[in-house]
Formats: sequence, structure tokens, C-alpha cells
Amino acid sequence: MQLSGNGTSSLVELRRGERGVLDRIELPADVSRRLMELGFLPGSPVVAAGSAPGGDPRVFRVDGAEIALRRETAACLILRAPSSEP
Amino acid sequence: MSGCDDCALVGLHPTTGNGAGVVAIIGPPNSGKSTLFNRLTGLRQKVANYPGVTVEQRVGNATLASGREITLVDLPGVYSLSPRSEDERVAHDILTGTMPDFPRPDAILLILDSTNLGRHLMLAAPVLALGLPTMIILNMADDLRARGGELDAQALSRQLGAPAVLASAARGEGLEAVWDFLATRSAPPAPVDASALQDVPKCHAWAARLGRRASYQPPAPPVWTRRLDAIFLHPVWGPLIFGLVVVTVFQAIFAWARPLMDAVQSFITWSGGLVASVLPASPFRSLLLEGVWSGVGSVLVFLPQILVLFLFIGILEDSGYLARAALIADRTMARVGLQGKSFIPLLSAYACAVPAILATRTIENKRDRTATILIAPLMTCSARLPVYTLIIAAFLPERPLLGPLLGTRAAAMLGLYLLGFLAAFATARVLKSSILKSERASFLLEMPPYRRPTLSSLGLRLVDRSKIFLRRAGTVILAVAILLWVFAHLPLEHGKMPPVENSIAGKVGHAIEPVIRPLGFNWKIGVGLVTSLAAREVIVGTLGTLYGMEPDAKSRGLQKALRQDLAPAGAVALLVFFAFAMQCMSTIAVVRRETGGWKWPLIQFAYMTLLAYGGAFVAYRIVSALA
Repeated sequence: MQLSGNGTSSLVELRRGERGVLDRIELPADVSRRLMELGFLPGSPVVAAGSAPGGDPRVFRVDGAEIALRRETAACLILRAPSSEP
Repeated sequence: MSGCDDCALVGLHPTTGNGAGVVAIIGPPNSGKSTLFNRLTGLRQKVANYPGVTVEQRVGNATLASGREITLVDLPGVYSLSPRSEDERVAHDILTGTMPDFPRPDAILLILDSTNLGRHLMLAAPVLALGLPTMIILNMADDLRARGGELDAQALSRQLGAPAVLASAARGEGLEAVWDFLATRSAPPAPVDASALQDVPKCHAWAARLGRRASYQPPAPPVWTRRLDAIFLHPVWGPLIFGLVVVTVFQAIFAWARPLMDAVQSFITWSGGLVASVLPASPFRSLLLEGVWSGVGSVLVFLPQILVLFLFIGILEDSGYLARAALIADRTMARVGLQGKSFIPLLSAYACAVPAILATRTIENKRDRTATILIAPLMTCSARLPVYTLIIAAFLPERPLLGPLLGTRAAAMLGLYLLGFLAAFATARVLKSSILKSERASFLLEMPPYRRPTLSSLGLRLVDRSKIFLRRAGTVILAVAILLWVFAHLPLEHGKMPPVENSIAGKVGHAIEPVIRPLGFNWKIGVGLVTSLAAREVIVGTLGTLYGMEPDAKSRGLQKALRQDLAPAGAVALLVFFAFAMQCMSTIAVVRRETGGWKWPLIQFAYMTLLAYGGAFVAYRIVSALA
């Protein structure tokens, strides 16, 4: 997993098949609530799966389901730093 | 081909007495809700269901073993009851009894996907908190077992204080318990842990705790779905297969439906001949043959084509491919400022704009929703199919283009579908960069596992669709055909029926003629344009009547008459006109209802009519210059 400049990384940085643990969602309340209903809860493991043929939107596996997100949305789902993973 | 009369909740009379009278079925998207509804109501659905995603609450009756009837309501698929999208608001209002003119349900069937229980169980908290007798149906139990998952339904039932059963709605497994629940009045469930109702993380923790106590073992990942996605979402194969699917659908509409259409035509011709031989010559016989048989009959012929279209839509939706198609389409949708979520309503607009407009309720962003409503009628609905088929078959000889895969007529049809698609997208682009500009909305879409469509579900769709089509043929189309026949034979001249040019219909047609002459249309087409304001396919019946078809002439008779009376350029202009014009009262009514006023439907009607006139004019000029 690559780390961006400020030391945080998002779902976008996960390569296909890689796994990360969600830390927080930096999106307005209604969108983040919807994401949480779909299983993107802080502390949940997320695995990057496939994508649309052009590479966007991407599909993520979370809580036993596959959810498609646009890159711009995935970029606001911040992962826990690897060291703080339980 | 649907009318908005189909969505009215007519005939809803809750029964009283022991047990439940009105029962609501609720569950998250992809939980098998509609399959359960179909299982329980069978062919006894009072209100038509729509193609595409379930949006309007469908209502159906089910008969219990005791002979008593209960009413089942199929609510939209939702993840929670907090009303943010229109769908959630509808579900919330019906369940809390705040939906005007709708009785509060006496009981609830909560259906959850047992292979996805971690998330789906979260919906149980707000639903059980309503305090209505509730049964929890843990669906897809066959899939759960096959993939090595486990769940103790009894333990879950004890935890929640509500009956729970492992079931498979698709296979009809475990439904005895559901019938038992419906027959007896159950006690309301135990109160829900208050923490579960506070926020999503707490609700998720509650659901996880319940799952552990019910020894829930999630199933292994769906291997086949991953294998298939590797093909269907492949950078090269994915779009290629998508294109192939589209071409196959179009060729099937023409080629596969043909023998069935010929059979329907033969039956109409045969029965018309029977009527002609039994009845003595009289105005009544003429009304029956020229009005009813030619008018209604020439529309009925298209039932097989429409069923083929709906068969394909059903397969795409039930198999789970539709979600992949939305994923593939999202980039294109984003380019015109819309989102992938608009794709599903737009796809169902290929069947009919009315359910498509209702399907926009899942779009949370209001401006995106309005834009999708405004462009939906430009997608080629199935009511255009009879018009297109008639004109194409009359003017374009059939020749193979890509071997047996694609013929000239299917290609012409594909071109017209493309025309509507391009007009819709250009319009969306203009709207989204001007009056309906908004922030880019997020796109969140669940990819359900692929499933094999069941014959009963597909069959039910076709039966439903036939009912709607026949009801329309028996009401709107029949009424227009009779009225038209009367207006085409009045006023009497010297006590005799006048030549059609001198009739009321003829005069109306001639009055319009100067306006439509620049498009290459004659007065008969003019009459057709007026009658088809009711519904597009009415023009076929109108032309059938006006060209004075005798019932023993076949569909070829109308085609031949058109070929002699209309220049090829005029025929092309007519196709373009129908591609763009908003000739549909049902759509206007549903847009008014969904946008809450006359502003948008009037703008839409004016815009589409102008586009149709302008497009037809340009097409006429270009083809005339080439010919």
C-alpha cells in the first residue's frame, strides 16, 4: 500500500486484491450514512475487487458484498495506517 | 406500453377479521422481495408491476388455506427507513400509516438475504421498532447452504421475539411457515434494543451481535460471480459482450417474434372474415370490421414483439447483469453530468417511460432526478415499436447485413433507438450544464451475485405485460378506433356516409395538413398524429382504419397502401417525428405527479414536440435531396 504525502491513504490507493481497514469517511453526512448502510463502517476490512472496463468506477468488497464507487468517492474513504491495524 | 392507470392503487379493500388484512413486504434491494411477492400472489396481482427495478408499490391478493383473502403490498427495496430518497419515504410512510389514502399494514414480512445477513439484519431494527407483527424471512437459504454458510433461524427468532424462517423464495422453500404467519394473528415483536436505533455503527454492532448469537456463519464468496465478472467487466470482452447483447435483442425482436406475429395476424384476419360472413352488410358491420378489427387488430399484432423485448429485460434484470451494465455505463453517464443510477430508469424507459419515471425515485439528488425524468421519454419505449415496425417493413426490404446476426430492418430499428439515445444524452448535457446544474452526485451501487432467472418469474412478467397490453387495446385503443370510425363517417351526406375526405376526421386532417406538409406528411398522417396524442401506437390503428382496410387484407395491405401514399422521405420524417415526440398522455400525467406541477410536463412536451418537428423537417429535406 502506498502512502500519500500527508501519511494517509484512501481506498483509491488499494490495488486489486489488496486489503485495508477503513478508518473514516470524509464526506457529507448523508453520503457517509449511505456508505455505512452499505457496510463501509469504520474498522471494517475492505478489499479492492474489479472495476468497470475503463477503471472507474471501482468495485470494493466489504461485509460480504461488492459495492461500486466512483474514484472521487473512494478517495474520501480513508484507511487506517497499517501500523494501527488491529 | 403502460398507462398510469396501472399505478393507481385501485381495488384495495382490506379485509377485517382474524389475522392480517393488509401485509407489507419490505426488504433491502436484491433480497428477493419481488420473487416472494410473486410466489405469494401468483397471477393474482391487481396492479401491474413494472419492468426494471421495483419502484411503485405493487398490490396483490393472496388466498389463505381458509379461503380468506389478504392484500399484499410490495414496498420499494430500501436499506433503512430514514426517509432520504423518494423510495425510502414511500416505504416509511406506508409502514407508519402516514401515506394518504393507504391503510396502515396489519403485519409485515421482512425479507433479508441470508447470504448477506451482516448488513441486511440492520434493516430489522427500524422495522421491528414499528411494533407491528413481523415475520423475518431469511431468503436464499439454498445459496447459503450451497456456499457453506450457517444460520440458526430459531435462535434468531428467540432473540428478536419475532418468527423467523430460512427460505428460498425462488424455489418455494420454507413458505409454509409464511402462510401460517399470514393465517394467524401474531403478537408484536419484542421491543428493539434502543441503541440499535441511534446510528448506523451501533445498529451494525447490534446486528453483528444477533448474528453471533444465532451462530451465523457467512457463506464462502460466490465463485461463479467472480468468474463471470472477470469476463463481463473485462476491459475488452466486457464492452464487446454488452454490444453483442444489445444487437441480439434487436435481431430477436424482429426475427424471433415474426412467426408469432404472423400467427396473430392470421387469427385476426380469420376472425374478421368470420364476422364478415355472419353479419349482414350494415353500418354496424362496417364499424366492427373497419373500426374494431382494423383499428385494434393492427395494434394487437405487435404483442409478440413487445413480449420478446420484455423477456430480454427480465433476463437481464433477474440474472444480475443489469447492475454490471450500469457500472459499464457510469462513465458515459458521468460525461453528460448524470450518474450510473440514472442508467437503470433509462434502461427501463426502453419498455415504457411511466415506470422509468417512477424508478427515478431511487435518485437522491433532486436535479439529477428531474433531468432523468425529462430525458426518459426520449428513450425508445415499446409503444414506438409498432410504429417503427410498420414503417420500416413498408419501406425497407429485408437483407442480411452481418450474416444471420443482423438484417437491414433490425439495423434500421437499432439506428432509431440510437437516435433517441443520442437525443436523450444531448438533452441531459444541455440541462445539466444550465438549468439543472448540480454538484457531481456520488454513485453507490451494489453488485448482486449472478443468479439464474427462474422460468416462473420470467413467465409472470410476460403474463403481466400481456395483461397491460390487452387492457390498453381493449380500452384506449378500442375507444379511439370507434370514435375515429364515427368521425370518419359523419356528417351524413344526403343520408349516406360521406367519402372520408368530407368527414369530420377528414376535415381535421386537412386543417392540419398545411402545418405538416413541410414534413412530407399527408392529411391521413395528420389524423394519426392527433389520435396518437393518446398513445403512440394508436397511429397504427388509425392508419389501418383510414386506409379503409378490409379485414381480409393482411398487414401487408396497410404497408402497401402506405408505400403508395407516402414518399420515402416522408416515411423517414415520420420515424424521426415519433423518435422525438412526446405522444403519450400517461407519461405527461406521471411527470406532473412526480414533479408536483404542470411546469415540467409542459416544458417537456413543448421541447419534445419542437424537436420532433425540427428533426422531421431536416430528415425530410435531406432524404428528398438524396432521392
